[in-house]
Amino acid sequence: MAKSNLTRRNLVRRGATAAAAGVAAFNVRGAHAAGKLSVGFWDHWVPGANDSLTALCKEWAAKEKVDIQIDYITSQGNKNLLTIAAEAQARSGHDILAFPTWYPADYARQLEPVDDIMAELIKKNGAVNRTVEYLGKANGKWVAVPAAPGSQMKPPCSRIDLMKQHAGIDVQAMYPAGGPPKADAWTWDAFLGAAEKCFKAGVPFGLPLGQTSDAVDWVGALFQSHRAQLVNSNGDIIVKSDAVRQVLEYAKRLVQWLPTDVFSWDDASNNRWIISGRGALIMNPPSSWAVAVRDAPQIGAQLWTHGMPAGPNGRYAPFLPYFWGIWNFSKNKSAAKSLIMALCQPEAIAKLVEGSRGYDLPSFANLTTLKTWGEIEPPKGTLYHYPNPHNHQIQSIAAAPCPPKIANQIYTQATMTKMIARVTTQGESIDKCLDWAQRELQGFKRA
Amino acid sequence: MASNAATAPGGATRPRSSLRKAAQRRSTIAFLMALPLILLIAALVVYPAGYAIHLSTLNKSMEEFVGFENFEYLFERETFWMVVWQSSIFAITAVVFKALIGFVVAHLVHNIPLKGQRKWRGMLLVPWVIPPAMSTLAWLWLFDSSYSAFNWIIEGLGGPRVPWLGETGWARFSVILVNVWYGAPFFMIMYLAALKSVPEQLYEAAEIDGAGWWQRMWFITLPMMRNIIAITVLFSTIVTFANFDIVRVLTAGGPIDTTHVFATYAFKLGIESSDIPLGAAVSLFMFPLLAIAAIFILRDVNKRGNQG
Repeated sequence: MAKSNLTRRNLVRRGATAAAAGVAAFNVRGAHAAGKLSVGFWDHWVPGANDSLTALCKEWAAKEKVDIQIDYITSQGNKNLLTIAAEAQARSGHDILAFPTWYPADYARQLEPVDDIMAELIKKNGAVNRTVEYLGKANGKWVAVPAAPGSQMKPPCSRIDLMKQHAGIDVQAMYPAGGPPKADAWTWDAFLGAAEKCFKAGVPFGLPLGQTSDAVDWVGALFQSHRAQLVNSNGDIIVKSDAVRQVLEYAKRLVQWLPTDVFSWDDASNNRWIISGRGALIMNPPSSWAVAVRDAPQIGAQLWTHGMPAGPNGRYAPFLPYFWGIWNFSKNKSAAKSLIMALCQPEAIAKLVEGSRGYDLPSFANLTTLKTWGEIEPPKGTLYHYPNPHNHQIQSIAAAPCPPKIANQIYTQATMTKMIARVTTQGESIDKCLDWAQRELQGFKRA
Repeated sequence: MASNAATAPGGATRPRSSLRKAAQRRSTIAFLMALPLILLIAALVVYPAGYAIHLSTLNKSMEEFVGFENFEYLFERETFWMVVWQSSIFAITAVVFKALIGFVVAHLVHNIPLKGQRKWRGMLLVPWVIPPAMSTLAWLWLFDSSYSAFNWIIEGLGGPRVPWLGETGWARFSVILVNVWYGAPFFMIMYLAALKSVPEQLYEAAEIDGAGWWQRMWFITLPMMRNIIAITVLFSTIVTFANFDIVRVLTAGGPIDTTHVFATYAFKLGIESSDIPLGAAVSLFMFPLLAIAAIFILRDVNKRGNQG
């Protein structure tokens, strides 16, 4: 029989060795030591833009030892909205999800507060504008972080040659590359005059008036620059005002100088309009310019993105921020916060803006002068004024500042463009139209 | 007690033999064979329908039970009644035209010699077999008022451009047209199958009796096809009322909501406007009406079947 060496001294020694090995094992940073993270990003329109985001995520995942899974979810057919609704119902899915404009407020109860991230980012990247705060905060708390990918403005994108030739407006002189705007004369009245001249020259402005986002956005800016609100910030319906009447009268004059079919246009129609060479101006992010450069270079080289016209209440530009939110049922909230933090660093944002050819807009004040917008061409400087580098205009969203849950209804149900359609194509009187709007808005107040 | 029951004479064997008998019964076997389908329907139809009913009784933030308040709210909205009206116009007009076109085309195909008939049947079924979201996209391009082939031809002939999707009348016409184009082949194939099942002798006897074309149609063809017509119309009415893709792709409910049908309006409210309970209420509105219509039509079909 072999002699046992299990003495008290040996046992203590072996126990100590095993304990040390155990501690060491917990401290080993394996390939995916910090767990898994599932992310649903918006599938970008601009070819190649997703690659920049993927590269940044992978770089972060390798550094933090996280097993990351990225899904790009398209907004075509509102698939992203369906995904948000399904995950909220199931309380399961991605850890981080991209939320368009109104959706952080709608799902605020199921989103993890991100005040800690926002405080740090604002300190580092500068303040965010009022629209970002209006959309990203609920009950005084940040519920989502403004993301550069997908955030966009929809300012005028004009044909340099046609505007000069037919409307006598030099958009490059008005909004010079690298310098502040000289656009005091660029008002909604001047815009109307230019629309008439271009229409008569056979190159009308292509402004959609259907029920999709592009239509609602420019009409929202038109309303805001005339101080025309449907519902105020307290939730009171104030649609029957002189300002709203003034805008509807203006719209009646403008519509006669637009293509007759603008009421059926979708978000792609205005892009086609400018790329086909049939129009002198549209209001869109630089995706239409990017496609024109690719498919119709002679037209792309004549496009200049610049500021909105001003109205009696100021110069308002339609701004649609995208957000990244963390579900409160996420299983890896700390990793989710760490990734969002990494993607909002100035260097990361610069890469994202470059990868999207200037389409993506950071919401932070210190990041509106990145070199991409100044350098990209053709023509050089075409996107210089796109991120509003001189704070020349107020970035806002249609229906603001009324409470987001009502504003969302006004926006998605396109109340403002419907009002214009009623007083123009339907031939309805302004009084009748306002009565209709009052009834609609009353319904939107439903809790 | 348990051991007593097991050992009692006859006590243990009686349930076992009755179980065996039940298992051997034809109805039990039929039930067991249908069980996977029943479970599938329960999972994919009954559960979602029940869940939709549950959702429709919640408030906007889905935190409180509000009973029928969502329905009451809808009944006060003029847009909702416009949607009811439009859905009815859309479904009734489309089904009538699909039935008429299907009936006529089925007769034409039926009269083609058998040798070439298969080719025609195949070609005529093409609109029905292409996924509607895809074919509707092609129609969307055809209807584009600035660049479409339709308007190019009309302009070439000296006519004005037609706002196919931008003006209420034209937009309603366009969505109905595409639905008829898509659905008529289904009616055609169903009617063709019914026509082929009418015994030739009946027509021969009628001809000997001196019956004309109209009398043969009225007294032989239509009565023999009655059940198929009823079922096809019922099925198509339900499907057309529930249509989503054609309206969504072509007009998204515009202009000014004048082409919305229940499904697109429910999507607009539920998903786009984040009011899922209200969207659920819209989608459920037609359920009782269609269910009652289905019960009556199917009862009539059953009665005639039993008489036959």
